[in-house]
Amino acid sequence: VLRRRFPAAVTPAITLAITLLPHSAQAPLEKISGRCEKDGPEEYFMSKALLYDSTLCIGCKQCEQACASQNGLAYDDRIAAEQYQSAHKLTCVVTRGDKFMRRLCMNCNDPSCASVCPVGALEKTRLGPVTYDPSKCMGCRYCMVACPFSVPKYEWGKLFPKVQKCTLCPDRVAQGKQTACAEVCPTGATKFGERDQLIAEAGQRLRDHPGQYVDHIYGLAEVGGTSVLLLSAVPFETFGYRSDISPDPLPLLTYRVLSQIPDFVALGGMVLGGVWWITHRREQVALREGREANENKRGKR
Amino acid sequence: MACPTTFRFTFWKLVFAFLMAAGLYATLIRFTQGLGASTHLSDQFPWGIWISFDVLCGVMLAAGGFTLTAAVHILNIKRLDSIIRPTILTAFLGYILVCAALMYDLGKPYNIWHPLIMRNPHSVMFEVAYCVMLYTSVLALEFLPVVLERFHLEKPLQVMRAILIPLVICGVILSTLHQSSLGTLYLIVPEKLHPFWYSPLLPVFFFLSAIAVGLAMTIFESSMSSKHFGFELELPVLEELGRVLLVVLAVYAILRAEDLARRGALKLAFRPGYETYLFWVEVFLAIILPLILLAQPRIRSSPNGLYFSAVSVVLGFITNRMNVSITGFEGSTGVHYFPQWTELAVSGMIIALGFGLFGLAVKYLPIFPGEELAREQRLEPESEMAATRVAEHAGD
Repeated sequence: VLRRRFPAAVTPAITLAITLLPHSAQAPLEKISGRCEKDGPEEYFMSKALLYDSTLCIGCKQCEQACASQNGLAYDDRIAAEQYQSAHKLTCVVTRGDKFMRRLCMNCNDPSCASVCPVGALEKTRLGPVTYDPSKCMGCRYCMVACPFSVPKYEWGKLFPKVQKCTLCPDRVAQGKQTACAEVCPTGATKFGERDQLIAEAGQRLRDHPGQYVDHIYGLAEVGGTSVLLLSAVPFETFGYRSDISPDPLPLLTYRVLSQIPDFVALGGMVLGGVWWITHRREQVALREGREANENKRGKR
Repeated sequence: MACPTTFRFTFWKLVFAFLMAAGLYATLIRFTQGLGASTHLSDQFPWGIWISFDVLCGVMLAAGGFTLTAAVHILNIKRLDSIIRPTILTAFLGYILVCAALMYDLGKPYNIWHPLIMRNPHSVMFEVAYCVMLYTSVLALEFLPVVLERFHLEKPLQVMRAILIPLVICGVILSTLHQSSLGTLYLIVPEKLHPFWYSPLLPVFFFLSAIAVGLAMTIFESSMSSKHFGFELELPVLEELGRVLLVVLAVYAILRAEDLARRGALKLAFRPGYETYLFWVEVFLAIILPLILLAQPRIRSSPNGLYFSAVSVVLGFITNRMNVSITGFEGSTGVHYFPQWTELAVSGMIIALGFGLFGLAVKYLPIFPGEELAREQRLEPESEMAATRVAEHAGD
C-alpha cells in the first residue's frame, strides 16, 4: 500500500524541480534590487560612482588613510602594509610589481549582500552607496558568504561584532561631496562623479590609449553593474578580481526560487488537503460498505 | 511507567557528562570572548560547523517529523502510526537544538528576533528564519498531545485532535519550504561553490535528501530505541520505510547524476583532489552503498541490514551538507577550514543534549504508546527474548 501511495509525497519535489529548471520564469529585474523595488535599473544611470584608473595611481595610499579617518578607524604603518581588506581597513592599495590596484566594496547596482540580508541592514541607496545599519544586523554573516567579491568583513575580535565594508561615504555623497578617497587622491586616479559620465570617460580613455589598458571596464557589466568602475593595464585577475563573474545580477538566482513560494504554499496546501480527503474518503466508504454488507447478510438470514 | 531508578554511573553517562562539561566551558569562551576567540572562522570562511553541522545537518536529521506525519495523517498509512511519536519528538528536539546552535553562531544573538519586524522578503535567510520559527511552533503543537495525555487533560486533547490535519499540512508545507531553502541559500554563490555541489537544483536536492534522511533517521531511531529501551522492533513497518527509502534514493541518484552530467562536472569526478575524495565519500555512503544494500530483499528485511543502510544514508548526507557548506568553498576562498575545539565541543554538547532529552522524554512521557499492550498481545512462545525484555522493563 505504502509503495503505491507514497509517490504523492514526492509531488512537492517534482513541482520544485519543474519551477527551477533553467530558463523558467525569469523574474523582472526591477523586483530584485534588495530593498528598493521602486527604483528600476535606469535609476542607477543617475547614481554616483567612483572611477579608479590604476595607470594613474602612484600607490601613495592616501586614499587608505582618508578612508580610515572618515570611518573612525586607526591607521598606522603596520596597517598600511596590509594588502587586503579587513574590518579595520575598508580599502587597500594592492601592489604587484610596479602596478597598483585598489580593492574596495564595489557598491553593486543589484547587491547580493542587500538581497540576502534577512533584516535589511544592508541597503542600496538611490545615490549609489550600499549602506549598512549595525543596529539592525543580527550577525548571520550571509552577506559575507553571498558577496561575489567577498567584500564584507567581520569584527571577529569583538564580543558584539559589526560587519565592515566601504559604503561609498553615504553621508558625504548625500551632502553633494565626493568620497573621502576621491577627494584626497593627488593624481586623479580615483575620480568621483555620475556613473554614466564616468562610464563615458572610461570608454574614452580606452579608445584614446588602447595600448595602455586592458580593454575592459571592470564594474560596467559585472553582476549587473557596480558603482565602482576600474581600469587596469594588466589583467584584473592579477589583483584578485575574478574574471568569471556573471553579467546578471546574482539576486535573480535566489529570487527565481523565492518568488514561487506563494504559489507553492497555495498549491501545496490544496494538493495535501486533496490527498488527505481522498485517502480518508476511501476509508470511510470502505467502512460504510462493510457495514452495509454486514447488514445485508444479517437481513438475508 | 515513570518510576525514577536509583542513579548509576554508566559509560554513556560519563560520556554525556564529559561532553556537557566541555560544551559549557566552550560556551563560556564564546559568550565572554566572542567568535574570533572561540572559532576558526575568518573573513574568508564566515560559516563553519555551527552552520554546517548544527543547522544544516540538524534540520536535515529532523526531517523525519514531516515525512512521517505526511505518511500517517495525509496519506493515511496507519501502520506507521506506532513510530510517529518518537519521530515527532526527534524533530521537535532537533529544531530546538538548531535554534540553540544559532544563538552561538549569530554575532549578535540578542537581535535574533529582528526578522519578525525587519522584513526582507528577497532574502532566503529571512524565509529560513520564518520557517524555523513557525515550524518549531507547529512541532511543539504536534508534540503537545503527548504531554496532555501524560497529565490526562482531555479537553485540550480534543482541541488538538480537531486541528491536527491543518497543523500537519502546515508542517509539511513549512518543512518542504525550509528544507529546500537551506539549499536555496547557496544558489547565490555560483562562482564560489565547487561545481560538484553548486547546482540550480540545490533546493530539490536538499528536499529529497531530507526525505531520505528523515526515513533513515526513523529506522535508526526505532532500532536504537528497541535496543536501548527494550521495545520490540516494528520490523514490517521499518521494512516498508526501507523500501520507500530505496525509491527516494534512486530518484535522488538519477537527478543528481543527470545534473552533474549536464553541467559538465562529471569529468571532474575522476580528477584526483581533495574535493573529489570527499565527493566520492558522500556519493558512496549516501547513494551507492544504501542502494546496493536496500535493493536486496534479504537485507531489507533484516534488522541489521536496515540499521546499517540507514546509518550509511545519514552519514552520507551529513557528508553532503558539510561538503556543500565547507569543502565546496575551500577552493574558491583558498582557505582550509578546520573547526577549533570549542566549535566541536559546542556541537558535541548539542548532540549530547539531543540524546539526553530524548531519553528523558521516553522515560517520563508516553512516547511509545500502546507498547505495553502490543507487547502482551504479541507474547507468543517463540518470542522468549521479548518476554524477558518485558520482564526486565517491568522490573525497573
